[in-house]
Amino acid sequence: MDYNTLRHFADSWGLVYLFVIFLAVAVYIFRPGAKKAAIEAAQIPLRDTDERVDSK
Amino acid sequence: MVGAFIMSALAVDDAFRIHMGILTLILGIGVVVAMRLPAPVEGVAHSAGYMDGPVRVGSILTVFWGIIGFTVGLVAALQLAFPELNFGPWLNFGRIRPLHTSAVIFAFGGTALITTSFYVVQRTTRARLFGGDLAWFVFWGYQLFIALAATGYLLGITQSREYAEPEWYVDLWLTVVWVAYLVVFLGTLLKRKEPHIYVANWFYLAFIVTVALLHVVNNLAVPVSFFGSRSYSLFSGVQDALTQWWYGHNAVGFFLTAGFLGMMYYFLPKQAERPVYSYRLSIIHFWALIFLYIWAGPHHLHYTALPDWAQTLGMVFSIMLWMPSWGGMINGLMTLRGAWDKMRTDPIIRMMVIAVAFYGMSTFEGPVMSIKSVNALSHYTDWTIGHVHSGALGWVGMISFGAIYFLVPRLWGRERLYSLRMVNWHFWLATLGIVVYAAVMWVSGIMQGLMWREYDSQGFLVYSFAESVAAMHPYYVMRAAGGLLYLAGGLVMAFNIAMTIAGRVRTERPMPTPAQLQPAE
Repeated sequence: MDYNTLRHFADSWGLVYLFVIFLAVAVYIFRPGAKKAAIEAAQIPLRDTDERVDSK
Repeated sequence: MVGAFIMSALAVDDAFRIHMGILTLILGIGVVVAMRLPAPVEGVAHSAGYMDGPVRVGSILTVFWGIIGFTVGLVAALQLAFPELNFGPWLNFGRIRPLHTSAVIFAFGGTALITTSFYVVQRTTRARLFGGDLAWFVFWGYQLFIALAATGYLLGITQSREYAEPEWYVDLWLTVVWVAYLVVFLGTLLKRKEPHIYVANWFYLAFIVTVALLHVVNNLAVPVSFFGSRSYSLFSGVQDALTQWWYGHNAVGFFLTAGFLGMMYYFLPKQAERPVYSYRLSIIHFWALIFLYIWAGPHHLHYTALPDWAQTLGMVFSIMLWMPSWGGMINGLMTLRGAWDKMRTDPIIRMMVIAVAFYGMSTFEGPVMSIKSVNALSHYTDWTIGHVHSGALGWVGMISFGAIYFLVPRLWGRERLYSLRMVNWHFWLATLGIVVYAAVMWVSGIMQGLMWREYDSQGFLVYSFAESVAAMHPYYVMRAAGGLLYLAGGLVMAFNIAMTIAGRVRTERPMPTPAQLQPAE
């Protein structure tokens, strides 16, 4: 496998592979019902019970 | 320690001999301190079982390294303006400059990242750090790396790769520390009690994994001798250059961006007391950022021996980075929706918001500069220096200051910071410093670029290089003034943090309270 084969593989199948992963992520997080899970996840830092002091 | 001593004795070059002597000294002091520490008391339960020791020491050291890094930066700026200030050979600009870049990126930024990642990963997984004292090893091991890198530069030990100057033995040590860091972080994620892994941890993890990869590949080198400081890269020519800038740009992308975005996604919502604007946007931000950033490196090698297609690739991916960068910026700013009032009443929020704003500005400017025709003017000029500093001082610095101001009262159980007014002072000093710095470097850089390319009707260059250097003198002086303002802000912070830790509270006029709105009648 020489440089050219590798490079053509990278800019065809490699590109497709990464792009498909990205699309899959996008579809997954915008699927119906994902909004609720996202709102839930966004609360994670705010549900911290170890707050000793709150600086105002 | 004994090993380092033997290495020192067997050294084939002087610099290596001194360096190993320094290592022996540091390890010796470390052993003495470790032996004198009180024995750990069995079964002392910490509140909620979080391990905050390294976070506490890390907060102090972040401030300490910040002051060191800014001071060395000011020295470097003054050396450029007044060359008489080069005290050779140890304090020449050539050695001070990597000392400055490494001190701010790796000592200040790196310590801030390790410190906050330890804090954030515990709070968002609700689990104690994995691996017990391994976290302490990571922490002090990284500090040893900084000490060796810094002393090495002053001794003239460098492999001349930008932001990767430390030689092979220091690189090997960092690899060991970094793998331990990955183990601590991943281990904590694996034993999490919170089912979902919060997005800040994704960014931190991407930073840790990618930096490991970049560091190892870029530093593949063969030492001349196992008892000497010199090594030679495995790559040569344009491959070597591309490897270096693949590393160099991703040090920006994953060290200075992804890691600090992890900080933003935790500390901004915490300080604003409201969740991030769109969690789903943050996921898109993450994946788009990591898929695109890794390809942007070739834009550092426009118009070189690098193949054209690779240069164009670097440019195109840099421009595409606008989307995730601005998505992230909007996500950060919109977190304050309905609470813009806090900008007025809370100087810590103000600091974080200006950080996000500078993130937006410098990630707008960067892709512009990566366009080949713009790069033809900007490359090798001060414009690049100005760009880097608007990102580093504005984004990295300000978000770290915000995180430190958030952490310190909590870590030491204080009611509040010693002084909020002083945070405000820090904010204005730093902001003014950055504005002066960046504006001056734009003018200087564009002037420099234009002078270099100016030719007359007969095709001769109008200016010699030395003329362009002389023309930059006033700007160099003004730049140093900007740096001085930023350093002054850092000193105000150091005082404020020290007083907070000491448990003092300054009597001062309170910050304006939220306005009491009259309901419409």
